[in-house]
Amino acid sequence: MKNINVKKMASDNAMAILIFVLALIVGFTTKNFFTKGNFVNLVMNVAPRFIIACGVSGCLITRGTDLSAGRMVGLAACLSAMMLQNVDYAGRVLPWMPDMPVWAAFLIVAFIIALFGAVSGCVIAFLKVPPFIATLGMQTAVYGLCQIITKNQPIGGLKKSYTSVASGYLFNKIPYLLLIATAIGLFMWFLYNKTRHGKYMYAIGGNENAAQVAGVNVPATLIRIYVLAAILYAIGGFLLGAKAGGASTATGFGYELEAIAACTIGGVSTNGGVGTVPGILLGVLVFEVLKICLQFLGVDPAYTYIAQGLVIIVAVALDLRKYLAKK
Amino acid sequence: MSEYRLEMRNVVKQFPGVKALDHAQLQLRPGTVHALMGENGAGKSTLMKCMFGIYHMDEGELIYEGEKVQIKGPMDALNRGIAMVHQELQPIPARSIGENIYVGRYPVKHFGPVTVIDHKKMYEDAKKVLEEVHLDFDPHAKLGSLSVSQMQLVEIAKAVSADCKVLILDEPTSSLTAAEVEALFTIIDELRARGVAIVYISHKMDEILRISDEVTIMRDGQYIGTWSAKELTTDFIITKMVGRSLSNLYPTRENVPGEVAFEVEDFTSINPKSFRHASFNVRKGEILGVAGLVGAQRTELMEGLFGLRNHTTGTIRFNGKELKINQPRDAINNGIALLTEDRRATGILGVLSIADNVSIASLNKYVVGGIMLDDKKIEKLVQENVAKLSIKTPSSKTLIQSLSGGNQQKVLISRWLANDPDVLILDEPTRGIDVGAKYEIYCIIADLAKQGKSIIMISSEMSELIGMSDRIMVMCDGRVTGFIDGDKANQENIMELATQFE
Repeated sequence: MKNINVKKMASDNAMAILIFVLALIVGFTTKNFFTKGNFVNLVMNVAPRFIIACGVSGCLITRGTDLSAGRMVGLAACLSAMMLQNVDYAGRVLPWMPDMPVWAAFLIVAFIIALFGAVSGCVIAFLKVPPFIATLGMQTAVYGLCQIITKNQPIGGLKKSYTSVASGYLFNKIPYLLLIATAIGLFMWFLYNKTRHGKYMYAIGGNENAAQVAGVNVPATLIRIYVLAAILYAIGGFLLGAKAGGASTATGFGYELEAIAACTIGGVSTNGGVGTVPGILLGVLVFEVLKICLQFLGVDPAYTYIAQGLVIIVAVALDLRKYLAKK
Repeated sequence: MSEYRLEMRNVVKQFPGVKALDHAQLQLRPGTVHALMGENGAGKSTLMKCMFGIYHMDEGELIYEGEKVQIKGPMDALNRGIAMVHQELQPIPARSIGENIYVGRYPVKHFGPVTVIDHKKMYEDAKKVLEEVHLDFDPHAKLGSLSVSQMQLVEIAKAVSADCKVLILDEPTSSLTAAEVEALFTIIDELRARGVAIVYISHKMDEILRISDEVTIMRDGQYIGTWSAKELTTDFIITKMVGRSLSNLYPTRENVPGEVAFEVEDFTSINPKSFRHASFNVRKGEILGVAGLVGAQRTELMEGLFGLRNHTTGTIRFNGKELKINQPRDAINNGIALLTEDRRATGILGVLSIADNVSIASLNKYVVGGIMLDDKKIEKLVQENVAKLSIKTPSSKTLIQSLSGGNQQKVLISRWLANDPDVLILDEPTRGIDVGAKYEIYCIIADLAKQGKSIIMISSEMSELIGMSDRIMVMCDGRVTGFIDGDKANQENIMELATQFE
């Protein structure tokens, strides 16, 4: 019996095990892999992606998706950067903008992006437009808007108080990014497991019609999910802008696909109703570890994309195998 | 040549954790209708899927026309002359009837190296096949334009068109009206006369005793025996299926109907073809049965009352107070519960645990501090219900989809009881549930009525309605056509009201 369980665990987490074995091999065959610098680098890359993946996960669990995630991240980064340029910086996009506290700028960005999430949520919940199409439209529209407000120019010259949100350390030891991502992870775990909203979300993913019959307010739950997702993209974009020290219309490009892939690798089922926050973290880690391994092996970035693409397909195939095996 | 068209011997089929078939067997004579009976989970469908090549058997042999063969898949089965009409239809509604009949084996013609589908021949053949089973449909029409029962008949035409020697019918009458059942029986008689061996799976005793020549009974994946249909009685079949005798099919009811609690007046759907001007009431502690043929709009009426469908006029009152119900939440908040007809489509949350399935409709009661759910209280609720309704499950974390139909139904009843409703609408509460579990569900219903709850029970099983109801409301074509007291009800007076078409 114990043997069977070990086998089952291995097959359920095949992808994660493979990647971590790869990491071990790369670690012992190359120099500087197991260093503090490399670890911090991993944390810095994982943190914003994990936050964005948490956002997409709610959409996926309810059998939807959010293709606008990456562009909303980009818009959030651009808006943050526009409001938080140094007042004495010559090329300010908004010269009339007074010196804005970082927290105030963040709240404004979160509010604006949340509005877009609310629009997506309403279109999906009330007009019954399939999430794939609704968020595809939103993706394109948000990108256009981002081009207009930035006049297609990259935005730099950011205030130190803003960039230090991403580069700073608590007690010179713990990166702020790690703290923020941990706090959000705990919040999401609580939300998914200990609240009505979480239960309703899983119920809708499991069987939307049955959830409706059981009295679940399906439209309200869906709108909450898309609004929360947008707020998480806003946080992700805000942090990415700070981390990069600037933003442009290209910021966040392709992040939605990475986030969806990470969720799927982490066991968020494409059939709905299934997915956990630790799983999502695992999925993001797998993806980022893979990238760093390929980087250390000196693989051309173009090939890295091919490897990532294959990982996504294999992960989904493995996930579906769990369901097919039951038949 | 043996006397059997097809024989299955010592068939064993193992699924993870269950032995679905344990040395099962079946012998089919040409030109006979062979009923295959057993409770849900007895292995009937699994055995048929082995015969049709959907499953591969782990052990055992299949002898077809005197020869030991291995069926490699459904296509192989069809080519050998074994056809199957599935319990759950697999139609392609957006394509034509003709294409649905010939999908996967389209007639073709050749233009040099190019092979194309011969549409003309396909539609001509389809027309012939439809005529053979007395269906007057245009094969060019979209399959989706037919009703579910008509689609079922097309499915049977499809099996016939394969020119089969063995035909498997898995619960073919579950969505047919009485007239359509008659039409089906005529077709079956003709096929039997042609020498086709027919396997007939159904839960309806009267049908089995009427149409079949031989009956094989299975229990827990095992072969119990084969008898000639002439020598069988309903009681004997049930005893063999359950493995013990059920002295009473229905529990003695101790409920006493009180004053009128739930009233519906002039309730009319937004859809002119659906329910209209429905008026009725239910008393406290009363079980009101709802009878009608398929298409009588009983389910639609109940879903309308529950806020799942729109209505134009009509009032709903509970204890004299008028209720405004526009969505299920309104109904639930007013103490109404609806156990839906199709458990899988609108009942269970398949990939979620039993605990989640039980608590989903009453989570508001388990919130502490405005946000957090009290897991311990929820677990207590679940354990209480598991014990009270004797739900057989390893734990409250088990996924509901791994339970049997009867246990799933009990979980869904628990879901509603957690809200302590005053009015319970039960739509086909025992559909697809085996005989033993049915009795348990009847006991639960009787007990709820005794507690003073108002019960509305839709059922398509006459004997269940007559055996369980204090009063029976009969519907026909969207209208309420009459009420009969439970002790005066019989098959005849119900059918008379159920067929009062305008």
